[in-house]
Amino acid sequence: MSNPLADMDKPDVIFCIGTNMTECHPVAATRLKQALARGAKMIVADPRHIGLADLADVYLPIRVGSDVALLLAMAHVIVRDGLVDPVFIAARTTGSEAFFEHVGKFTPEWAQTITEVPAADIERAARIYGEADRGAIYYTLGITEHICGVDNVQSLCNLMLMTGNVGREGTGINPMRGQNNIQGAGDCGALPNNYPGFQPVTDPANQAKFEKAWGRKIDLENGITKVTALNLAGDRIRAMLIDGENTLLSDPDRKHCEHALRSLDHLVVMDIFMTDTAELADVVLPATAWAETDGVCANTERRVQRLRAAVPPAGEAKPDWWLISAIAKRMGIKGFDYASAKDVFNELCEVSTIYHGLNWDLIEDGAYHWPVPEKGHAGTPILHQDKFKNGRGVFMRPQYRDPAETISEQFPIWLTTGRRLESYHTRTQTGRSEGMDYLLPEETLEVHPADVDAWGLTDGGWCKLTSPRGSVEVKVQATNRSPKGTVFASFSFSDVPINALTGSGYDPITETAELKVCVVKVEPCEGIISPAPVI
Amino acid sequence: MIMKSSTAVAKMTLDGEEVGFTPGETVYEVAERHRREIPTLCYDPRLEPFGGCRLCVVELEGARAPVASCTTKAEPGMVIRTRTDAIDAHRRTLLELVASENRENDVDPLRGYASQELATLLDRYDARTGRFAGSHSGRTRDDDDNPFILRDYDLCISCYRCVRVCAEQQGDYAISIKNRGFATEITTEFSGLLRGSACVFCGQCVQTCPTGALADRKALANAEVPGKIEKTRTICPYCGVGCSVDVMTKGERVVGVQPAMDGPANEGALCVKGQFAFDFVHHHERLVKPWVRGEDGRLREASWDEALDRAAQGFLKAVAEHGRYSVYGIASGRAPHEAAYTMQKFIRMGFGTNQIDNCSRA
Repeated sequence: MSNPLADMDKPDVIFCIGTNMTECHPVAATRLKQALARGAKMIVADPRHIGLADLADVYLPIRVGSDVALLLAMAHVIVRDGLVDPVFIAARTTGSEAFFEHVGKFTPEWAQTITEVPAADIERAARIYGEADRGAIYYTLGITEHICGVDNVQSLCNLMLMTGNVGREGTGINPMRGQNNIQGAGDCGALPNNYPGFQPVTDPANQAKFEKAWGRKIDLENGITKVTALNLAGDRIRAMLIDGENTLLSDPDRKHCEHALRSLDHLVVMDIFMTDTAELADVVLPATAWAETDGVCANTERRVQRLRAAVPPAGEAKPDWWLISAIAKRMGIKGFDYASAKDVFNELCEVSTIYHGLNWDLIEDGAYHWPVPEKGHAGTPILHQDKFKNGRGVFMRPQYRDPAETISEQFPIWLTTGRRLESYHTRTQTGRSEGMDYLLPEETLEVHPADVDAWGLTDGGWCKLTSPRGSVEVKVQATNRSPKGTVFASFSFSDVPINALTGSGYDPITETAELKVCVVKVEPCEGIISPAPVI
Repeated sequence: MIMKSSTAVAKMTLDGEEVGFTPGETVYEVAERHRREIPTLCYDPRLEPFGGCRLCVVELEGARAPVASCTTKAEPGMVIRTRTDAIDAHRRTLLELVASENRENDVDPLRGYASQELATLLDRYDARTGRFAGSHSGRTRDDDDNPFILRDYDLCISCYRCVRVCAEQQGDYAISIKNRGFATEITTEFSGLLRGSACVFCGQCVQTCPTGALADRKALANAEVPGKIEKTRTICPYCGVGCSVDVMTKGERVVGVQPAMDGPANEGALCVKGQFAFDFVHHHERLVKPWVRGEDGRLREASWDEALDRAAQGFLKAVAEHGRYSVYGIASGRAPHEAAYTMQKFIRMGFGTNQIDNCSRA
């Protein structure tokens, strides 16, 4: 997030797009609700009638994957109606003229034909955001998990830049990160293009810096992404070390994933349970869980916080850093003589530019937002205050593109996927916590009531859901949350592996999968006997 | 010296001492800041002042009767007395009236964060006299079988903190007040169960309840586990908001979770997962030993030596046969920094490549 969570009750206009915040980041959503209670306005764009839609001043039920069209048209209205911030544009951006010309042809009427949202509502949303004194944008995977994820983010950046809604309290562009330490995994350099602190591996100065710190010259070339690595499994990729990820259930195209992992000569998995993925491994190592682990994490607002062990590890489980270090030492790799999590974190701070001013003791109270470039620095709750990291904010000129798959006679229905409040990811944890089944016992396919009738389904009955990649059987739930022609399911339940269906395409730049869109057909079926709950 | 008006501090008199305050502060807030111990039951610093319990009354010079300090704004020149014999007697009587209503006043601290407030005040004011007897308000909802929130309204004192936290902090307006006086009930729409109402089981009502009338059923199930409750501050293991929690333990067992009221990301809020989905830690399916795939193709338990050697040898073999680019690492978005850092260092130091990623692309 460019701005801290504490800022969420300060905007006068909130624009939520592709974020089901009341279910996926419920505590952050409480702050938005408080802002609304104080009179802030909210625009919500989402194909599904999610909880936020009920609270919105303008709700834009866009067709799945049509975000760029909506955002181009909003930019069009903001330019046309003179709602841009010329002072900010002149002082802090570049490329505005070409961008303004670019959006000239993308009228709300044009966007209506793609988004299926009335042009008048697009106009209204654009004017509300354009007129905001403090406008803040919030998004989640509904923006990024598309073949045009980068275009979506750049389109949001354009709105922010043209209106100067950045670098101030209650503004900014704020991705809500989905996992407790997904921010930290990137911060720590678990990326094929960056050392810790987002220092590019392609920069010879960084190569020299890490050679000095660690004693080995590392390639100047980027590595491949996980997506490519799975594609090359059994070919160029022969061995994998996977930490705490249930790839088989969480990644798109289950069949492909399973084939990839089975093709490896050597797979080592570290986890707290024998997940579907661990079942495929040659070696499974028991890791300590939450409440057993000392360490550090970074949240969605870049706040660096301490994790503390409250109980001893289960059985012989060990912290992940210990497991990785033990393997490294047996291979004769140098630099893994750590005695504690504190040792590891302090070394990270030494080599990371964004953590350089931190150490284990300083983060005791979680008071710092990175970047903290040097000792004595107070941290950076709000990014981009006086300048952008790379100088000026650049207006990009994205074009709308159709999703990788579009509905056809054979597959006439859109499927979109996500999470629900009462379960987390593949339920390795929530599925093993007493009582959660009371609220969410099984997977269901959310279908608009009119579609339930039109497709010959019954509410509570079973259907067979088929995409070009596979089929699953799932119970039908009639609900107005789904728009007509679009169905929804989560990827939580291993007995209804929705990722057997997804995986239609990937963003060409980030290689993020288009998990938010694929095409399916839905047929009534007799159904299967409901399997026993996991507990 | 010229003083800027914005830096001028307004003054009032608190128990004979001149003190400064910021306009907009309540008398209660000023007194709190100056370490006066004013008792409250309906007060939660996160909520709009309510003035319902009348325990926080203080003497205001010139006023006909004592005033509720939580709803009275501080004004320049006010003369306030926070403790007098008359005020103490008033507070004791009120507490005796409140205590007389409840089935019990001493409840297990596992019920909730604020559950000890009433019992603590009864002791402080020596108000366990049994002076009053008669009608009781509130009836426990035995019919609500949800596994998370016990609705033990026999202990309810109608402070409405649950109703207000649900509206003002959580923003869900799931619970409300029905009737008045002894007939008062805290209830949901159509007096139904929590499931099926607007309740999202975030537990905020449980944690603000000052008597344990709303209680954490999952924690309370551990009431008989021997040992003293210890609290350890850590961060919730689920989404990226990073809510601070206090993990409650007895011995080596996690017995519950309470939100950290001073958690910078959550300020006392949690969701159903962070509040109630903690017991996976002790689930019988936890991996407690290393496993390796045996000759028969099945996974079997192994010693650390065997497992770590197998892990190491497999990577060395891949490099020997297919080169250093053939090894790939995937770090977790669920594990701490130390896991991700050692993982990327393992790949970079071990093989000189950048064949490393995390799970953020899917």
